[in-house]
Amino acid sequence: MTLAYVPQTLLSVRDLSICFDTRYGPLRAVDGITFDLAPGEILGMVGESGAGKSLTGAAITGLLERPGRIDRGEIHFEGQRIDTLGKDEMRRLRGRKIGAIFQDPLTSLNPLMTVGQQLIQTIRTHLPLNRDAARTRAIDLLMEVGIPAPDARVDQYPHEFSGGMRQRVVIALALCANPALVIADEPTTALDVSIQSQILELLRKMCRDHGAAVILVTHDMGVIAETADRVAVMYSGRIVEIGSVEKVFKDPRHPYTAGLMQSIPRIGSNAHRLAQIEGAMPRLTALPDGCAFNLRCPRAMDICYRQKPKSQALGDGQVACHLFQEELA
Amino acid sequence: MSMESYPQSRLSIFLESDLYYRFRTSRITVSAAIVTALILLAALLAPWIAPHTPFDVTTLSLWDSELPPVWVEGGDPRFVLGTDNQGRDVLSAILYGSRISLFVGFVSVAFAMVIGIVIGLISGYFGGAIDAFFMRIADVMLSFPTILVALLVSGIARGALPREMHDSAALVVLVFAITITTWVQYARTVRSSTMVERSREYVYAAQLVGRQPFAILFSHILPNVMGPVLVIATINLAMAILIEATLSFLGVGMPPTNPSLGTLIRVGNEYLFSGVWWVVIFPSLTLVVLVLAVNLLGDWLRDALNPKLR
Amino acid sequence: MNAIQQIEKPLLSVESLGKTFDLTAPWLNRIIERAQTRHLRAVDGLNIEIPRGKTFSLVGESGCGKSTVAKLVVGLHRPTAGTIRFDGKDLTDLKAANRGMYRRRIQMIFQDPYASLNPRWRVRDIIAEPLRSFGVISNRSEERAQVGRLLELVGLSAQDGEKFPHEFSGGQRQRISIARAISSKPDFLVCDEPTSALDVSVQSQILNLMRDLQDELGLTYLFISHDLAVVDFMSDYVGVMYLGRLVEAGPAEQIFSVPEHPYTKLLMDTVPDITMNRRDRVAVTGEVPNPIDPPTGCSFNPRCPLATDTCRATSPATTQRGGGRVVACHAVTGMHGNNSPIKPEPAQGIA
Repeated sequence: MTLAYVPQTLLSVRDLSICFDTRYGPLRAVDGITFDLAPGEILGMVGESGAGKSLTGAAITGLLERPGRIDRGEIHFEGQRIDTLGKDEMRRLRGRKIGAIFQDPLTSLNPLMTVGQQLIQTIRTHLPLNRDAARTRAIDLLMEVGIPAPDARVDQYPHEFSGGMRQRVVIALALCANPALVIADEPTTALDVSIQSQILELLRKMCRDHGAAVILVTHDMGVIAETADRVAVMYSGRIVEIGSVEKVFKDPRHPYTAGLMQSIPRIGSNAHRLAQIEGAMPRLTALPDGCAFNLRCPRAMDICYRQKPKSQALGDGQVACHLFQEELA
Repeated sequence: MSMESYPQSRLSIFLESDLYYRFRTSRITVSAAIVTALILLAALLAPWIAPHTPFDVTTLSLWDSELPPVWVEGGDPRFVLGTDNQGRDVLSAILYGSRISLFVGFVSVAFAMVIGIVIGLISGYFGGAIDAFFMRIADVMLSFPTILVALLVSGIARGALPREMHDSAALVVLVFAITITTWVQYARTVRSSTMVERSREYVYAAQLVGRQPFAILFSHILPNVMGPVLVIATINLAMAILIEATLSFLGVGMPPTNPSLGTLIRVGNEYLFSGVWWVVIFPSLTLVVLVLAVNLLGDWLRDALNPKLR
Repeated sequence: MNAIQQIEKPLLSVESLGKTFDLTAPWLNRIIERAQTRHLRAVDGLNIEIPRGKTFSLVGESGCGKSTVAKLVVGLHRPTAGTIRFDGKDLTDLKAANRGMYRRRIQMIFQDPYASLNPRWRVRDIIAEPLRSFGVISNRSEERAQVGRLLELVGLSAQDGEKFPHEFSGGQRQRISIARAISSKPDFLVCDEPTSALDVSVQSQILNLMRDLQDELGLTYLFISHDLAVVDFMSDYVGVMYLGRLVEAGPAEQIFSVPEHPYTKLLMDTVPDITMNRRDRVAVTGEVPNPIDPPTGCSFNPRCPLATDTCRATSPATTQRGGGRVVACHAVTGMHGNNSPIKPEPAQGIA
């Protein structure tokens, strides 16, 4: 497959903020996140529910729903600014250049259309192929994602597939137009553990083969460890740490990341008690001044209650924590 | 938000809720509520605030018949909205008529609600043969239009009862007819909500501590299925008032000796073309405004209680 | 394992427990459509013993029957086969009326923190319901005091009793659930995936709380989960289930360090490796089959790397393997070519 020239950075997000307009005033669900994605790279976005990771994915694909809106910041994709694009242009971009995989395979597929029809429809929307060529491509894709007897199953309906099989179809659907970027939002959360590893392996392989970069949104650190190259840890709408998966998991800098890694139970560890992070992530309506993690942080200092930490480069990653800002200062 | 004062009463929780917020920020809803409240109040206080007693024959005088409203030439300030062909004051007639209309509306909704909720809860919780039994009855009830049932019941009543009781039985007949045709809506919606709630874990937890099925139904499940019921009840109130008006208009509802708004409209309709417009217009306007206001309140409830619209 | 033999009876013991659901279409439909009778064998031939004060976990994926076992033990379902014995007493056919005494002693914690608390009730009423229903406390002020104590025991404050469930986060709701479950001072708690719906940073809090309560109150747990690492932390004994059958069981340390059954090995392989040692993995194939239509013979045979004709023909019996472990597998017990069955023994939680 010949590749056209692609710029060094596929996706560039700068200071993205997402607000919700409620009767209590605007609530900031995502507060100034910045990151880059290289072509073919797998970036994991990990964090608790409510941390803002799904919203970020939605903003990138242009599927952010009211009352949420992008408040500030820019999103650049393949050198072009996309957060200001009109609905139609965004729709063309989605599917052709950006694919999406969601959590629930049951609702991602139209129950009234056969799997083949959905694939063919998407293929022909974005690629100049006639019906027969599109059908051949659909069958090839089904084979690639590991569906047995694809020429027979291409005419079956979604309910005739099991959960794991359906998610494979969804992956095929996301990749059928050869997008450069795939956003996968909790793709394996609804699946059994033994299927989970198969699906993640498939995702890795397909994206490698098709040259697609992936943003993998999940709350499961294990999924990130198995699949991603780099990871961004989100907390209360901000990225607190970002770097290669190895570095971040083996040597976490931010106290939240460190706390998370320590609190995950491990087989054979024989611990009598798990390390735990006290408290819970603050609600959007009750965000504290300063760093959102300050009440739970074992290493909080005075400044943590007054000022939000800025994201600083550290090694080949970034950390947003006053502990490291002091060092650099 | 509301983290400071404890314990928080249910009233203060309501006042801070989305439901109430949507109410007070919607001018239409507030206006509708005010209008409904005014009509309700006027109807309740009719015996004290009505300037005349139009159905006490001894107070009537044929000299006062067919007087136009006070602002039209020939009007009399004693009869603000004019009089009908027997000298009855239209305003007072409307006040007393609204009483009847509202009474029939509220009582039939209340009865239908109670019957519907109980059947819905039992059907949804126990399922099986009991559910099948009640739902078949419900299906049969739904195939009868209320008007037809009312005509049927009214006919039976007239045949069975002695002549003198026809008029006084009219109220009971009306309430009965409307109740037995509208309980099904409540039953169905409560049944499906119950079926959803029944398999929730808090019900299992109650079963595990040994609570009896009826205790679980009424203390656990009922509070959680009431939401849609209130919406239906409000909209049904408007519908019940209209049905009653229709029946009275057709002559099988309240008699002219104790008229509701519908009866007044019928009576006024008979000599509309002789130029006496005020006898039919004012009761009609009242009816329309009342039904509209109640429907608007129903809209507010429905939108505010719909979790998907939040 | 314990060098000392436990002579005490197990608190809960389950023998040949089975539950089959009848999914046949209603009579009329069956006649018209000529549909077959359909049955779902959710649980089949389960033998387990749980000693007092210990934690026994059941692991498995969807369709394995572990949630059904939880409901059977607690009395929400009636078994269609086998017996359940609690503190020596046979509970299986006990009529609802006579269950009262045992109800107080066996309680349950549920998976979904949002559905397990009635959203219209205040927390204090939710926690007090068992107290009132079992008649444990008669006067109001004592009840209030007890509810306050329970809230503090689970890490909340006494004033939280006045609030409604929606004011709490998932982890806090689970604490309220726990407070409710222990309010009647039960001996035995069935925990159905109590942390599966919680975020990682909260999971450890709840698991620690459950361990602490077990030590303080001498509780015995039947812990249901699909997460092996959580199970390893919580349990003394583990049972692995697949399509309604127990395929392997024994002391947790043993099972996790040296798994014998191919399915157990498969599960261990799929646990993501956070330490990133990236060891080589056996390719995992296939999916859990539809429980209504299981494979013949050993239900794992379509996915098993060691499957032979024997495996496809006959279901393996449960055999003792020493050290308290039991396994149901032809390959492991070397029964590949031999058709003589071995009498099943219960999975002992006792050395």
